[in-house]
Amino acid sequence: MSVTELQFQAASVSDAPAVAVQGRSQWQLTWRRLRSDKVAVGSIIVIILMILFAICAPLIAHATGHPVDTAYPDTGEDASGLPVGPGVHGFFLGTDQIGRDLLVRIAYGARISLFVGLLTTALATIAGVTLGLVAGYFGGIVDAILARFFDAALAFPFIILALALASVFHPNLAIVIGVISFFSWAGISRIVRGQTLSLKEKEYIEAAKSLGAGSGRIMFLEILPNLLGPVLVLATLYIPTAVTFEATLSFLGIGIPEPAPSWGNILAEAQNFYNTSWWYVVFPALFLLVTTLAFNLLGDGIRDAIDPRTERLFAGSKNGRRKRGKGKGTGGLNLDQAIMVGEERDLTVDNPMPAGEG
Amino acid sequence: MTDSLAGNAVSDAPPDMSDDTLVRVDNLVKYFPVKGSGMIGRTVSHVQAVDGVSLTVKRGQTLGLVGETGCGKSTLARCIAGLIPATSGKVYFEGKDITNLPRGTMRPYRREIQMIFQDPYGSLNPRRRVGSIIGEPFAIHKTATGPQRKKAVQDLMERVGLNPEHYNRFPAEFSGGQRQRIGVARALALRPKLIICDEPVSALDVSIQAQVLNLLADLQDDFGLSYLFIAHDLEVVRHVSDAVTVMYLGRVAEFGPGDQVYDHARHPYSAALLSAAPAADPDAAAARQRIILTGDVPSPINPPSGCRFHPRCPKAQDRCGIDEPALESKAGDPITHLTACHFPVETGEVLARADRREQR
Repeated sequence: MSVTELQFQAASVSDAPAVAVQGRSQWQLTWRRLRSDKVAVGSIIVIILMILFAICAPLIAHATGHPVDTAYPDTGEDASGLPVGPGVHGFFLGTDQIGRDLLVRIAYGARISLFVGLLTTALATIAGVTLGLVAGYFGGIVDAILARFFDAALAFPFIILALALASVFHPNLAIVIGVISFFSWAGISRIVRGQTLSLKEKEYIEAAKSLGAGSGRIMFLEILPNLLGPVLVLATLYIPTAVTFEATLSFLGIGIPEPAPSWGNILAEAQNFYNTSWWYVVFPALFLLVTTLAFNLLGDGIRDAIDPRTERLFAGSKNGRRKRGKGKGTGGLNLDQAIMVGEERDLTVDNPMPAGEG
Repeated sequence: MTDSLAGNAVSDAPPDMSDDTLVRVDNLVKYFPVKGSGMIGRTVSHVQAVDGVSLTVKRGQTLGLVGETGCGKSTLARCIAGLIPATSGKVYFEGKDITNLPRGTMRPYRREIQMIFQDPYGSLNPRRRVGSIIGEPFAIHKTATGPQRKKAVQDLMERVGLNPEHYNRFPAEFSGGQRQRIGVARALALRPKLIICDEPVSALDVSIQAQVLNLLADLQDDFGLSYLFIAHDLEVVRHVSDAVTVMYLGRVAEFGPGDQVYDHARHPYSAALLSAAPAADPDAAAARQRIILTGDVPSPINPPSGCRFHPRCPKAQDRCGIDEPALESKAGDPITHLTACHFPVETGEVLARADRREQR
């Protein structure tokens, strides 16, 4: 410790009564760091706009005068029966193959995509965190059984299960949500379990036990707050995966059934028209890309904000505020480190989803 | 009190509970299984962490517990606090058997027996505010809510020398000594009768140690607390304790009033342990006889037969490897001073290491 530091400390001690130091929670600090991250803020704005776009889908349909399922064979198709391009006859993003307004269908598709993405992530996170906590905290035979379930869920070929379910039942929203949730929770469980195993040996857990706290209280009030950082990062990065997952299922015809629009089934139909009607493919794909990218970048930003060390590493450079994860493709997500603050402990996360899909 | 301390003998008789006895531990045993390799490993052996320890804590007094690292002090403390189940033996609190009670039945006793932990950094949840940490006992036992709880917590903070305005701070914003005060406040919240201090000042620097020790002493006077005080700093234990128990490898080697044990140690291990503690006075340090023990502490998985100290003991004879010495009062000692040794150290005896073992 240098002399100046000592002097600074001495000064701050003597100043302490005069200046009320406001204790900031970890989340307040994280939020402050996140707010100064332009990419993360941009992602938040994009996500909010996308949610507004989805919520306002009926308004868009009303404004354009084109209900979502109404085909306009006269104005929405050209002489040869092909979709018309952007701007023609008041169709801002053009039409699809039977003359429906593509903008309105993309807006309604956004509702499905975001709904599925957020709901499945919420379900998977709640299930994953609870099971991971239970497995890690109780250990022993409970852990042994649950850990096999995690492995089984991670090893399951999801396309085959989705196909089987779709052939037994008609493809519908509930099955899509069920399938995506089923393939998402185990990754979270594993990470939560691993962290719980180390956290439960802390002395403050023993202190809680000596006070008479029950297992539930210890799991959710003592251990969980220490896990929220990594879990939040994981959940944010799961949303785009779930959105892509839904699009994949719908694209394959085992997701959201027609005539309800989803980005996946719009793209599935559009693939027959890519050489004549570029807008039919490009716009839904662009929305999918922007949405997943925004969630991914936000997840990255949150991870950096939660981990003050990365910020410190890049504090000096102008454009290097953010530390990028390695190997971040559009499909498989690789969260290489989500670090718990205050604990100086690295959390290594490998392949939160079983495979890169979409 | 002392006549109930029958060494390692199992007593089936109802515990002798005179009014001044708060906690009585009777022949407590804690073995940890050692599992073999593989997913479902068989238990291949046991770590005999605590093997037949008996002691008593008197009301309003402090019992010091010393011994080197790994001798079972902390395990004993956790068994008494009910944090880990005992393998056998009994723990009596105010005459009632509280050994291995289920959580629900144990609950009222949790309020009476509290712990202060060694690591002021590890024992406070970094994600919770100080107010919530100290208020946790109230929340668990539903004794105070809302503004009432906040008031109680701030009173406690003031009592242990913390600024009550720091209610909303996080543990990371406090120094080690302040954090230990938070731990003391938490232990004090339910007005317990016994506080088990598991090396409460080992992680603090000397000046802060004194502050925390003085705080503990003040609290003892104010609330009539009893302490089971575990430490490996012998001077600290001497300062705070009314009686001292010396443990070696899961067993009690010597027990007695502080002055007796410190000034007239009868067990060769106690004598060696005390001679290893640095003395503040250089003249006294130079004049003092130091007993250097050879070898390491034997493994608690496979402890020596007879007296557990005999392979390292300068006075060991053949009998020590066969007969387990009982914890009893030796000739010339007060009846409260108990020693588990066949050949106790005599006053003035020179315990220079016999060369017996070096010849091998």
